[in-house]
Amino acid sequence: MPPSELVLDARDLHKTFHTGRSGLRRARVSAVDGVSLQLHAGESLGIVGESGCGKSTLARMLVGLESPDSGSIVINGKDVTKVRGRDRRLMRAEVQMVFQDPYTSLDPRMTVLELIGEPLVVHKRVTGAAERRSRVAELLSLVNLAPELMHRYPHQFSGGQRQRIGIARALALEPRVLVCDEPVSALDMSVQAQVVNLLRDLQQRMGIALLFIAHDLSVVRHVADRTAVMYLGRLGEVGDTDVVYDSPAHPYTQALLSASPVVDRSRRRLANRITLAGDPPSPSDPPSGCRFHTRCRFKQDRCASETPVLRSLSDSKERTVACHFAEEVREGALAG
Amino acid sequence: MHASADSTSRALEVRGLSVTFATRRGPVPAVVDVDLQVARGELVALLGESGSGKSAAARAIMGLSDRNATVGADTLRLGDTDLLSLTEQGRRRTRGTRMAMVFQDALSALNPVLSIGDQLGELYREHRDMSRKQARAASVDLLAQVGIPAPDKRVSDYPHQFSGGMRQRILIAMAIALRPELIIADEPTTALDVTVQAQILELLDSLRRDLDMAVLLITHDLGVVSEVADRVMVMYAGRVVEAGSADDLLSRPAHPYTEALLRSVPRADRRDATLHAISGSPPSPANQPAGCPFHPRCEYVIDLCRTSRPALTPLEDATARTAACHRSEEVRHATV
Ligand SMILES: Nc1ncnc2c1ncn2[C@@H]1O[C@H](COP(=O)(O)OP(=O)(O)OP(=O)(O)O)[C@@H](O)[C@H]1O
Ligand SMILES: Nc1ncnc2c1ncn2[C@@H]1O[C@H](COP(=O)(O)OP(=O)(O)OP(=O)(O)O)[C@@H](O)[C@H]1O
Ligand SMILES: [Mg+2]
Ligand SMILES: [Mg+2]
Repeated sequence: MPPSELVLDARDLHKTFHTGRSGLRRARVSAVDGVSLQLHAGESLGIVGESGCGKSTLARMLVGLESPDSGSIVINGKDVTKVRGRDRRLMRAEVQMVFQDPYTSLDPRMTVLELIGEPLVVHKRVTGAAERRSRVAELLSLVNLAPELMHRYPHQFSGGQRQRIGIARALALEPRVLVCDEPVSALDMSVQAQVVNLLRDLQQRMGIALLFIAHDLSVVRHVADRTAVMYLGRLGEVGDTDVVYDSPAHPYTQALLSASPVVDRSRRRLANRITLAGDPPSPSDPPSGCRFHTRCRFKQDRCASETPVLRSLSDSKERTVACHFAEEVREGALAG
Repeated sequence: MHASADSTSRALEVRGLSVTFATRRGPVPAVVDVDLQVARGELVALLGESGSGKSAAARAIMGLSDRNATVGADTLRLGDTDLLSLTEQGRRRTRGTRMAMVFQDALSALNPVLSIGDQLGELYREHRDMSRKQARAASVDLLAQVGIPAPDKRVSDYPHQFSGGMRQRILIAMAIALRPELIIADEPTTALDVTVQAQILELLDSLRRDLDMAVLLITHDLGVVSEVADRVMVMYAGRVVEAGSADDLLSRPAHPYTEALLRSVPRADRRDATLHAISGSPPSPANQPAGCPFHPRCEYVIDLCRTSRPALTPLEDATARTAACHRSEEVRHATV
């Protein structure tokens, strides 16, 4: 495959939040800590990781809703790290986002026709009310919603229907980069399959670059060409999806995969699933060295002091891993 | 074996529940004639396609329907209390203390201007006569139970400062705070990764075991259903189309919709080019097809299905299994 155009290049992004009330108890939350990502046209990258590990924060920085404390974001060759206001809005037509919280991301006072039609009008993609209506109808059918529902308000839809309205809205401007934050979590399996197939199809047919955040590993496996595993603000493993799933080399990836539920009553795992040791650490007081070391089955002394960097393993360039003992972990050779 | 038949152990009994929404384009019958029982200590999963009426039914049971909804029921009992005969005030009192709901929209269900500690603390101060300090300690405890890291630091944060999955867990914490007899959890784990999800499911599991809490779990996640449900009910287009014990129903579905749903589950251990989706779209509640509402999408369709709607009837050889399909016996045996 010829190397396709680089559409998104994020380097060394950092983001820290201040939480709590002001005063002594005020804490800092290190939400994203040194993440770099590249995305090519027509490629899909999945991001998986525990709740609270910084996935949404990363996504919001990439689409310009949150500014990084440090690091750079280049989209289509243009450095947009510091771009704000009108230029950012214009650029946003090329980068769209499907939000994790479908309800709060939709203005409750607008009908679906207005919600989806608004960006079309603002960016002059349609002229006249009739054209707007027919384009909105088309977008609704794409996500399997009846066009006759376009006169309803967001609260009059079910959870899964609202999620699909968010997707239709993001697709309206035919963006070059589509960032989806848990786009199918509220959908039942069958509708989920429809939406996933749709996204996959658009991405391949129109060369959209897709960033797909999900906690459901099986969905990511179907959508993503490459997968990035995030833990507590950092990337633990990034690479070709099949390689990551078939021979995970980071202990956290292995734990995640082992916990993936199956629909098989005889293999119920609630009781005997490999749960991670210990509680998830707090991002306001992240562990030293490798942030995963407090829960790692393979932990050695070095892990608490030395931060592992993302590196390729000797035999393959297909993925990078941030673990001192990645080779051994992959072979399963370390005593657990 | 079927505790739900025994009146002393019954936590929730619903008969003939219907919910109709008034819209500009006419009435939308979202829930039609639904019967539902949950025994104490039992976990019943409610499955169904997006838009099939699950949330509408749940909100009607709680007495929290939208303003444009008309709710009707023949029976609506919580333990020995007839909810239909209660005043609005009596209903409200029952809600906080004896029955609680985890809403599908985590962010909109939390008060944005109160810290999490204040929202949780208020429950304890109002219903448990705790002092401010005791209430705060109890809130921190509760946040720890649902896996929020560093709860003592985060308790004074506001809803928008938490990640999507954290908000969802905060809602779960609020619902279980007063140890109600019945919890209705509407998609409580959609934003959670598998490890945190397992923790929440274990928590619900232990609550019903130790405190005999009844749980009605609305979910589209068949992995979750197969791990924790005692019984399963499947809704399609506003009606219950299949019900039975989880073991039997998941291994031998008797309704073609359930069967297709089970087939559409993606798997993490292999990758298919496209995911299996049920063809066609669900009928809009406002204009349902004649006969069986599933017939336009059904692989088992025969002429009878186009004209006559099958009633929910017991299956021949299985106790306590019901299905609404003219060919349920064939479907059931085809999938052995
Ligand atoms: N505006 C904010 N103020 C303070 N803290 C924040 C803010 N936004 C996010 N955080 C914190 O940053 C961390 C990462 O949050 P983020 O929403 O990126 O997680 P996530 O990976 O998307 O999780 P989830 O899967 O639960 O949605 C969390 O600890 C969260 O509480
Ligand atoms: N306030 C309302 N006014 C009009 N129609 C409504 C209203 N609320 C819900 N509906 C419609 O009622 C039907 C059932 O909605 P409900 O929210 O119960 O679905 P659900 O089964 O919970 O779906 P999901 O899995 O997507 O959450 C849907 O077709 C929805 O569009
Ligand atoms: Mg998130
Ligand atoms: Mg719902």
